[in-house]
Amino acid sequence: MSAIALEGVTKDWGATRAVDAVSFDVEEGTLAVLLGPSGCGKSTTLRLVAGLEAVSSGRVFIGGADVTAEPPGKRNVSMVFQSYALFPHLSVAENILFGLKVRKVPAEERDRRLARVAELLGLTALVARKPSQLSGGQQQRVALGRAIIAETPVCLMDEPLSNLDAKLRHDMRREIRALQQKLGITMLYVTHDQVEAMSMADRVVLLRDGRIEQNAAPAELYARPATAFAASFIGTPPMNIIPLADAPGGAVIAGTGGPALAAARGATLLAGVRPEALRLATDAGVAALVEESEYLGADTMLVCRAGDARLVARLPGRVTIAPGAPVRLAWQPQDLHFFDAGTRLRRDDVAAVPLPC
Amino acid sequence: MNRFQANIHGWLLLLPAAVLLVAFTHFPAVATLWQSFFSTGKPNRPAVFVGLENYRTLIEDDVFWQSLWNNVWYAVGTIPVSIALALVMALAVNRGLRGRAFLRMAYFTPTVLPMIAVANIWLFFFTPQYGLLEQATGLFGLPSHNWLGSPSTALVCVIAVAVWKEAGFFMIFYLAALQQIPPVYAEAAAVEGAGRWYYFRRIVFPLLMPTTLFVLVNAVINSFRLVDHIFVMTRGGPDNASSLVLFYLYEVGFKFWDTAYAAALTMVLLAALASIAIAQFALLEKRTHYR
Ligand SMILES: Nc1ncnc2c1ncn2[C@@H]1O[C@H](COP(=O)(O)OP(=O)(O)OP(=O)(O)O)[C@@H](O)[C@H]1O
Ligand SMILES: [Mg+2]
Repeated sequence: MSAIALEGVTKDWGATRAVDAVSFDVEEGTLAVLLGPSGCGKSTTLRLVAGLEAVSSGRVFIGGADVTAEPPGKRNVSMVFQSYALFPHLSVAENILFGLKVRKVPAEERDRRLARVAELLGLTALVARKPSQLSGGQQQRVALGRAIIAETPVCLMDEPLSNLDAKLRHDMRREIRALQQKLGITMLYVTHDQVEAMSMADRVVLLRDGRIEQNAAPAELYARPATAFAASFIGTPPMNIIPLADAPGGAVIAGTGGPALAAARGATLLAGVRPEALRLATDAGVAALVEESEYLGADTMLVCRAGDARLVARLPGRVTIAPGAPVRLAWQPQDLHFFDAGTRLRRDDVAAVPLPC
Repeated sequence: MNRFQANIHGWLLLLPAAVLLVAFTHFPAVATLWQSFFSTGKPNRPAVFVGLENYRTLIEDDVFWQSLWNNVWYAVGTIPVSIALALVMALAVNRGLRGRAFLRMAYFTPTVLPMIAVANIWLFFFTPQYGLLEQATGLFGLPSHNWLGSPSTALVCVIAVAVWKEAGFFMIFYLAALQQIPPVYAEAAAVEGAGRWYYFRRIVFPLLMPTTLFVLVNAVINSFRLVDHIFVMTRGGPDNASSLVLFYLYEVGFKFWDTAYAAALTMVLLAALASIAIAQFALLEKRTHYR
């Protein structure tokens, strides 16, 4: 049984459709991430699950029960807000205990749970403080504490780490994931940061303009992006999307004379290759001109141009090539992905032709 | 710039405000205190120092004590009711309901109207025989009653007008404070299963505490200050039943021209107000959350 299920959920704000016929399941005890660019409807979807917004159509199930018409308090979910929403006049302990007091949990039970949660989150020394006396990371932990103390089976999070600095974000990411696995909670987690999604999720639901672009495990999202959008959203830097053109030998990079990448008509196709799949070749491969190079320590980003295509190559170590210099870029045929130029969907029927060497 | 020069600059900048404050607030207060130790001067008999004589008269003055008691009841009647009403109105118009802008304006109208005009409107409500109130009670066959003319109801009528006048004013402060509360608090509380009343009691009301304190201080001061409508409606009568301290002070000072006794009354009023304000701030400050 899935802990959260959405069936054709749609949300309209007047004329704008924020969420468009979204359906997905989240398995019990797993962490699913709602990922997508700003304004794609992630928060709205999460709020529909929480019951903070009413659906325009479709149904929401939590723990197998249809909760579409239930108010937030009856859905048995907890939530962490982007701004944390800690009550400024209540102490850390009072904030964490808020939900238990609402639900009239007996005092000794409350104290027992508070002690455990505070211990778990390293807040024991801070329980008497007010939220304004805490650092951002500590406030984040209090918000997390308020969510997990209820011991609800489902926890919703809306970009809980976006207010933290990079280092703290990294630590909290691991902490949240460890906590989720330890307590066996089902988590629906919103972020626009694909690194966060890839590193935490059991499943990633990629949204774009209110629709699901792809719903897959992180590894699959990376290895087999279902659309050109998914391909260009995942990865640092994201996949190179290359327009193709027809040539006698097959599909070639638009604006070049070859070599052929696939034995198919090129004009209706896009090719995709990840920057980390590109390497420099001496004689074979595609001829390109270096436009710029950026040294990042562990590797170098080499931005090249081949015909109409702009290709970013992620090369290990330090590579010093002056802008304007000619290079040859090569890849393995299995690293090449094809997408339809019109629908932008993945085309598995097109086979890559090995580069001549 | 050295320290001395900096100080000079500071003082010069403060000077205009300080001059006004001293000339029109501090000096008159001290002068009044001074005057209250003298007898009232007459053309043929200049003022002489009488020490605490005026204050002794005051202790023995039945009208003063009645005005003070009336004032206490006036405060007890207006303050809680007008504050509660203001809060309820603010909560009502803070929600996204239709015609909200109109309602806000309607609630605020009494504040904009001058008190004398307000009193005239209400005078019509309370008029015997053909006043609005009389007509309404007449419908139910209740006996006719002279609301402003009988000692038992005059003060209540005066209180009703003050509440009507003040609630809209206080509502504006509550409304401003309510709009400072992020909506995400309500959402967080809703997810935790808190009902509307619980959310109000545990979150909204405590967050409004600074506003409540401010409004309370104003309400207390107003309960000693807001007497304009008494001139129009009852003139303190019947039989001093609706006389308040400030009204009595006016009568003593500008009708009986006993300026020295009026000065003593002023000092008593001033001392009472100052001690109430200090007590309020000291008491509530501790229980108030300031962000
Ligand atoms: N209350 C609202 N009224 C009208 N339109 C809204 C409302 N809330 C959201 N929208 C619109 O719905 C769309 C989706 O918004 P949503 O907040 O879900 O985006 P998001 O994916 O969470 O973006 P971000 O990453 O910036 O938070 C946007 O186009 C937004 O303008
Ligand atoms: Mg959002």
